[in-house]
Amino acid sequence: MSTTTGEKIGYVGRAMKRVEDPRLVKGIATYVDDLRLPGMLHAVFVRSPHAHARVKRIRTDAARAAGGVVGVFTGAEVNAQCGTIPCASSFPDLKSPKHTVLAGDRAYFVGHPVAVVVAATPYAAADAAELVDVDYEPLPVVTDPEKALEAGSPLTHPDLGTNAAFTWNLTGGDIDAAFAKADRVIRQRMYHQRLTPMPIEPRGCVASYQPGEGTLTLWTSTQIPHLIRTLLPGMIGIAENKLRVVAPEVGGGFGAKLNLYAEEALCSHLAMRLGAPVKWIEGRRENAAATIHGRDQVGDYEVAVSKDGRILGLRNRTIADLGSYLQLLTPAIPTLTGLVVTGAYKIPAVRMDVVGVYTNKMSTDAYRGAGRPEATYLIERLVDLVAAELGLDPVEVRRRNFPAPEEFPFNTATGLTFDSGNYEGALRKAQQLARWDELVARRTSRRRAGALFGIGVSTYVEICAMGPSKAMAAGGWEWGCVRIEISGKVTVITGVTPHGQGQETTFAQIVADRLGVPIEDIVVLHGDTSVAHYGRDTYGSRGTAVCGSAIVMCVDRILEKARRLAAALLDARPEQVEFADGAFAVKGSGGKRLGWTELAGEAYIAKNLPRGFEPGLEASAFFEPENFTFPFGTHICAVEVNRDTGDVTIVQYVAVDDCGNQINPLLVEGQVQGGIAHSIGQALFERTVYDEHGQLLTGEFMDYPMPRAEDIPDYVLGSTVTPSPVNPLGVKGVGEAGTIGATPAIANAVMDALRPLGVTHLDLPLAPEKLWRAIRQGHKE
Amino acid sequence: MGVPVRIHVNGALHQHDVEPRVLLVEYLRDVCGLTGTHVGCESSLCGACTVLIDGQAVKSCTIFAVQAEGRAVTTIEGLAQEGRLHPVQEAFWERHALQCGYCTPGMIMTAVQLLKDHPQPTRAEIAHGLKGNLCRCTGYTHIIDAVEHAAGSRQGAA
Repeated sequence: MSTTTGEKIGYVGRAMKRVEDPRLVKGIATYVDDLRLPGMLHAVFVRSPHAHARVKRIRTDAARAAGGVVGVFTGAEVNAQCGTIPCASSFPDLKSPKHTVLAGDRAYFVGHPVAVVVAATPYAAADAAELVDVDYEPLPVVTDPEKALEAGSPLTHPDLGTNAAFTWNLTGGDIDAAFAKADRVIRQRMYHQRLTPMPIEPRGCVASYQPGEGTLTLWTSTQIPHLIRTLLPGMIGIAENKLRVVAPEVGGGFGAKLNLYAEEALCSHLAMRLGAPVKWIEGRRENAAATIHGRDQVGDYEVAVSKDGRILGLRNRTIADLGSYLQLLTPAIPTLTGLVVTGAYKIPAVRMDVVGVYTNKMSTDAYRGAGRPEATYLIERLVDLVAAELGLDPVEVRRRNFPAPEEFPFNTATGLTFDSGNYEGALRKAQQLARWDELVARRTSRRRAGALFGIGVSTYVEICAMGPSKAMAAGGWEWGCVRIEISGKVTVITGVTPHGQGQETTFAQIVADRLGVPIEDIVVLHGDTSVAHYGRDTYGSRGTAVCGSAIVMCVDRILEKARRLAAALLDARPEQVEFADGAFAVKGSGGKRLGWTELAGEAYIAKNLPRGFEPGLEASAFFEPENFTFPFGTHICAVEVNRDTGDVTIVQYVAVDDCGNQINPLLVEGQVQGGIAHSIGQALFERTVYDEHGQLLTGEFMDYPMPRAEDIPDYVLGSTVTPSPVNPLGVKGVGEAGTIGATPAIANAVMDALRPLGVTHLDLPLAPEKLWRAIRQGHKE
Repeated sequence: MGVPVRIHVNGALHQHDVEPRVLLVEYLRDVCGLTGTHVGCESSLCGACTVLIDGQAVKSCTIFAVQAEGRAVTTIEGLAQEGRLHPVQEAFWERHALQCGYCTPGMIMTAVQLLKDHPQPTRAEIAHGLKGNLCRCTGYTHIIDAVEHAAGSRQGAA
């Protein structure tokens, strides 16, 4: 595994267990549902059972009269006082419905909150919610995003006059010329199914108002406390500097908690209005219905190729099902798909047209990978289809279209600049780990024995470390602070908000090495806007690359200041002083060494400081990334499909991921394994299903089949290390790699297994019933 | 309308009057203040709420507190003894078997019973034994590693 080259082995590069774990394995961490405040009230939401309905009348008298009830509020009573839910991405012709915190005269999706009950206990609130009587008049429902664009379709939001939220296109190179000169054009329609993120901890929040100070504290299970602090004040009428947002221990996010939700805004408003803390904890069925979904794109994709398998151009029209409202990043997901649609390949011409469509469903937004899994899936499927059409080896087609290592930084036709890469190197290593020739021979022999055996490859690239501020709606910098305390202990404050990624450990590793202190002396704080003053939070595999870099800047500033202080105390010039093993000394003197305890004491007690020397040993920094990073890798999957049941068994799985330098290979491995598990779910089982009436059929774990321990194969994991040149750590990010790289490898393997039956493409998920039907059909033909 | 219940929780006797409909998990969290037991689904499907009742792993979101009358309940907080982590807790830490930590208490309690019933399980037996517990972060591999590690360290200690 990698270490920072040229330096002695420190903490960085070591597979270390995490410093955050003891509280978690003991069950003494504090998640939002564990908070109990004096006088705390409990909110329960009344939600629409209809996908589209007129809300004719809401009778709340019985609920208000129920025991323990403090208040019942409908849209008419709160929407005027609470602003609308924000969407951070906008483009010129974006049509946006007014997204109030509670439904107004219409409910637009199953789970749409129409009223909220606040009571002394959660039981009393739930009982009273049952007594809220809503008269609904069901209205025509829009569920199919393609039919939604046809003339005469019912409208999700009649006041917008159309179901099309936006059209967006991307062009690069001469797409018409590419298709004109192509030897072959391969076409495939693909549907990338809707998915539900399903963190095991649902959402929840506690809002508490301190009337004396006029301050509001919102504890919420979120990935983005800082963005909430930016966005919420205007909604509920409080100054930004009177709002404190805390993400306590957060039980998984995966993008589902990368949002400002109606419930958070409304509980905040009610805490101020009622003068008491208000708590809301989401149930699982609410989570499935009213927390964002992901993916859900359908398109017709065309590639122009030369007969030797070089891809000349890619064009497509994608329809993205946005659901009924724009949440924080809803429109930005399919457009991100467009930016990375050319994958790891030199494709000189591209055209992508995206239509975002409103339907009577929950909003889609960023689910782990967020736009990139869609792109990777479609390009990796297309490459396999190209290979099949031309009778070429799919690995060879990939190889022929890679940019060579010396072509980096590599400019794509979509306008991105890939920072660094060696795609061939990762592919070669993965093939070695998979014992490629043996694997291919095994396929031959298994097929000869009548088995449906397939091999799938995915050579992905992703876009991470989000990102340069010019490309990010709310800024893409990150903030950090490092403080040598008066005792010599070190406090690190980060503007990102880890919720499982382990940056209490990785940031401590980085700082411990650079300051030469034991890791036990370091505490990493995060997730509280009153402690971490600035931040852009955790998403897009950005934490270590962007905030780790801010922390490096802080350490450099402290070292510079400490060197000046040490020089003064040692009667030397700064350039005569060297720093090693956590102490400063005059070079070659073998004399007195000043460690952090001595220097911190001097810096804060401030009796012996040189004239004009600012007391204290603390630095904060904003890091502005000059570019995104582009992690990449190769996943190889071999499957056997049961001819009688359609069950898929993954018989071999190899992943080689290159996320640049690795701070902690154990945590990298955990991120990769976790990501692949999401892909296994997506490729083989998971699909969020609404029926034609807009009823959600996958409303809980019973109906939404996430992978369990028995569904996970043994992995062979490896890595290559191509440092990123765009940050001082050379890291690229790894939180989403598995979810982006693995799905197409699995899908390609299953399709390869069915190839002898003449099956060329099936949409995800490749669930047993679908495969069983395809196998039966294949046998008939 | 409270019903008196007496439940031994982590070795201490708790006596309260509770509503009959109060779930055991809510009793543990809200009445006993033991919030290490988590709720992920309220329907027995995720296992985050798993505790031991008389040594058997039980999903505490689908049993009423009154049903635990007279029984001995062990929660995640009761697993470490005299400040020393239980070998399964130690193994989860050692093998990076947790990320967000939300499923972890239930996963650990299930693993404790699994190892009690099968002291030397195969990886397949571990995976089978954990099928009632969902984890969305780790992808399970490190969890299986940890349970295997705990089995090994117990054997080494024996």
